[in-house]
Amino acid sequence: MATPLTDTAVGPSRAAHRADRWVTPTGAPTTARQRWVRRAPLLPALVFLIIVTQLPFVATLVISFLRWNALSPQTRGWAGIDNYKKVFTDSALRSSVLFTIVLTATVVIVSLALGLAIALLLDRTFFGRGLVRTLMITPFLIVPVAAALLFKHGIYNPSYGLLNGTLTWIWDLFGGTAPQPDWLTDHPKIMVEAQLIWQWTPFMMLILLAGLQSRDPEVMEAANVDGATAWQTFTHLTLPHMRQYLELGALLGTIFIIQNFDAVFVITSGGLGTANLPYTIYQTFFSAHDYGLASAQGVVVVVGSLIIATLALRTVSSLLREEST
Amino acid sequence: MTTAVADRPVAATTTRTRKRRTSGVLLGLLAWVIGVIFIIPVLWMVLTSFHSEADAGTNPPSINAPLTLDGYRDFFGSSTGTNPWPYLANSATASVSSTIIVLLLAFPAAYALSIRPVRKWSDVLFFFLSTKMLPLVAGLLPIYLFAQKVHMLDNIFLLIILYTTMNLPIAVWMLRSFLAEVPPAILEAAAIDGAGVVYTMRKIITPIAVPGIASTALICFIFSWNELLFARVLTGVTAQTAPVFLTSFVTSQGLFLAKVCAAATVVSIPVVVAGFAAQDKLVQGLSLGAVK
Amino acid sequence: MVRGAPKRILAMLAALTAAFALAACGGLGWAGGSGDRLRVLMVNNPQMVDLQKLASTFTQQTGIKVDFTVLPENDLRDKASQEFSSQAGQYDVATLSNFEIPFYSKNHWLVPMDDYIAKDAAFDQSDILKPIAKSLTGPDGKIYGEPFYGESSFLMYRKDVFAAKGLTVPDHPTWDQVADMAAKVDNAQPGMRGICLRGQPGWGQVLAPLTTVVNTFGGTWFDKDWKAQVTGPGFTAGTNFYINLVRSHGEIGAAQAGFTECLTDLEQGKAAMWYDATSAAGSLDGPDSPVAGKIGYVQGPVKETKSSGWLYAWSWAIEKASSKKDNAWKFISWASSKAYEDLVGSRLGWARVPAGKRASTYTNPDYLKVAQSFAAPTLTAIQAADPTSPGVQPRPTIGIQFVDIPEFTDFGTSASQAISSAIAGKISVQSALNQSQGLAEAVGKLYQK
Repeated sequence: MATPLTDTAVGPSRAAHRADRWVTPTGAPTTARQRWVRRAPLLPALVFLIIVTQLPFVATLVISFLRWNALSPQTRGWAGIDNYKKVFTDSALRSSVLFTIVLTATVVIVSLALGLAIALLLDRTFFGRGLVRTLMITPFLIVPVAAALLFKHGIYNPSYGLLNGTLTWIWDLFGGTAPQPDWLTDHPKIMVEAQLIWQWTPFMMLILLAGLQSRDPEVMEAANVDGATAWQTFTHLTLPHMRQYLELGALLGTIFIIQNFDAVFVITSGGLGTANLPYTIYQTFFSAHDYGLASAQGVVVVVGSLIIATLALRTVSSLLREEST
Repeated sequence: MTTAVADRPVAATTTRTRKRRTSGVLLGLLAWVIGVIFIIPVLWMVLTSFHSEADAGTNPPSINAPLTLDGYRDFFGSSTGTNPWPYLANSATASVSSTIIVLLLAFPAAYALSIRPVRKWSDVLFFFLSTKMLPLVAGLLPIYLFAQKVHMLDNIFLLIILYTTMNLPIAVWMLRSFLAEVPPAILEAAAIDGAGVVYTMRKIITPIAVPGIASTALICFIFSWNELLFARVLTGVTAQTAPVFLTSFVTSQGLFLAKVCAAATVVSIPVVVAGFAAQDKLVQGLSLGAVK
Repeated sequence: MVRGAPKRILAMLAALTAAFALAACGGLGWAGGSGDRLRVLMVNNPQMVDLQKLASTFTQQTGIKVDFTVLPENDLRDKASQEFSSQAGQYDVATLSNFEIPFYSKNHWLVPMDDYIAKDAAFDQSDILKPIAKSLTGPDGKIYGEPFYGESSFLMYRKDVFAAKGLTVPDHPTWDQVADMAAKVDNAQPGMRGICLRGQPGWGQVLAPLTTVVNTFGGTWFDKDWKAQVTGPGFTAGTNFYINLVRSHGEIGAAQAGFTECLTDLEQGKAAMWYDATSAAGSLDGPDSPVAGKIGYVQGPVKETKSSGWLYAWSWAIEKASSKKDNAWKFISWASSKAYEDLVGSRLGWARVPAGKRASTYTNPDYLKVAQSFAAPTLTAIQAADPTSPGVQPRPTIGIQFVDIPEFTDFGTSASQAISSAIAGKISVQSALNQSQGLAEAVGKLYQK
């Protein structure tokens, strides 16, 4: 299927091919009708998305200026920017933001690193390689809430979880009483991060594995013949090629892990400092029933993420940079 | 290439090959060890689902405890009078329907962003991605209130619409990159022959993009099936999905580990099967598609 | 150009139709169904799961089919509060408790049941235990809920372990005595701790036993003028006592231990005493329990008050927006009836009867045969509970182990997280109390006139 034009060689030729898509053999679209013909296929998706995401956001914005607590319906009224004042002075929300950043960064970076290491291992042929790859993919395919429940009750539990059980079993072999640490209480943040890393490393691994497998074998062989060591090949050839894949993994991972709700909700119920933003907003909505405050929190989060995302995507990523118009 | 290899002295080849072979075997072993470590929690989950509640809660873990189907019996409802099939069907309906709709919306959109791109296509792409920045929880209340007003609560169609919205940005993004793979030469030839937009889409682009479409569909299916928060808040009796049903086994007043493991296994099976079957497409789709 | 278009559009329409047909086949969803149906939202405690099993009997008697949504406790409260505050009409009946019912009824979210009760002689409202019946009335004095099962709290201990150590437990122990005994039975058997006390975050988890300890140590959350008293002498003494006891003779993993964890610990011989809900007795002395017959039961320990047990009843309430109020009452009348208790007893065993709500249960010879060790202490504990005045000073509102205001779920949970951290040793007890005082003060201000 691969033709010379779709060859995935690292090189500058791609940009040249892409740059002329806007201009067809029959010329660039000049008339309004031609431009609308181009836009037409985009419209259903765009309109659908705008309606279902922007309208609720506007509603959230409006509610954020209200004083609305569902449990005390008699106090409904206009609140002006009171909710926003509360958002910025609330230390619980601040630590929630902090933990969200820490959680996302830790999970993304560690699973990228682990994923890269495992992808490198899986890139070579060895006995049962396909089976190992299948084993590695499985954690990503387990329903997240099921995985969180499994970790909380089946693995971390100090009385009957797998971790402490294994410790007991090992110590029994040598005689003596095993330490039975209370994993969740002693290291709650790390335990939540560990569960997410377990689930997302396969995802990163898949992306990076495909990246590794798309390296040009001729270039690699040439380097080998020239006497380059494995380390030199890795740093000068592999890593630059992998850069886009690493960025892709980081981008997708960040988008999904910032939103992660199931793990925090199930494993620690937001206690012991592990509340992240979705959980805090959820608690304000469904526990405190303070709709005005929760909406304000949501608006602040959206604005914050948009600012960060704009900075990140525009300046750091090379993914959208090609074919700059 | 062949000449270069033949030029090397024989002795050096043997030592180097031997060294490579040993390190190769060691690295292969390391890969196996890591694979096993990652799969152990899943194996533990499946094993525990076949144990009785009392055996599931022992310390050290009883690997050799007698196997029983009690957990599965409880899950499939012989003791509670409910069975999970309606909830699994709800999940399947919501996931499959939303995936189909996502593909129908995303394919033309991807076309308009790659093959015959509109101006400012990167801005549009960024807009699509930005809709995923809004924490779903924050948008939940207006949706709940709206659904309540139009009597759409506890309705599978509402979930289908929401899951479509959830997956559309990623689908557009992935499909766009797949479609960008189509060689311009083929498109130019078709244009010169007078083929219109729809014909081009159907006869020329689709066959090339089938792996991309397949992997996009798989990703959308996985994320829809796994979704918990919206399903929990917006459904009740009729439209409850499998992940919500799974949480109902976690009780604060009794032992439940074996039951939950059985439930978790069954609820994960469709996604695991789909993932295994489409492993290669998944690898292709997650990367080749979205990076170019 | 035009040739391919109609075919392509047809193909798209076909796919779209398929998608919607798939969904439409299931109607709004595949669960539920048609006919005379009632929708019930309930917590997934064992007694409710038993009810779900036996619901076919109700359908046979009345022809009404019941659709249950069963959720874990925290999830249930979130969903129920969402449902009732917005009157979404998704459910007809829900399991609320004597915590929500007073202020839900104030907001007109519930249906008063007095008329139904008057017409339903077989239900026998007078048989319901007085403290529980009173706790389910609204500010207007009308009844807004019927209990499914009720509980207080008491002290449970391993008779055999105490006998081996030559210790006897008095019927009305004091907390000082309990602390003393916990020290003595600590490690009586390998891996056995002196006592198990809840430490898990949650206003209904650690805060329940802790608040009863605070009450009997002379403390309170708010004085009658809604001034927060968390850093007051009684509350501080009670909290210090509780946390020290747990840290020195309590179970491992105390900061994560809720009801289930302590139940498991008792059953597996990892604890010798347990202060918790009376409903635990049914499991501890149940047929599957490894410690059946070995547990003794006495009243909850006190210090400055005559009793300290809490009062809690999972109860049925009818949503105001329901269109099936009559059917809802029929269901409630069946589920909380004497006949239902007999049904459970004969079909599933008398230890699983949802007890703690009717006086007649405690004179039922079949039940007493199985529950002889814990029936009387349970009844005594419930009857001694007084939500209007559980401590040494007057209170601004009712509640023994909670303060009956809607804000309690939120600030109570936040406070409980601080307490849990203190149990884990992450912060000092004083720091946890200061944090909780701040939270309580903010809420108290809302109620000060």
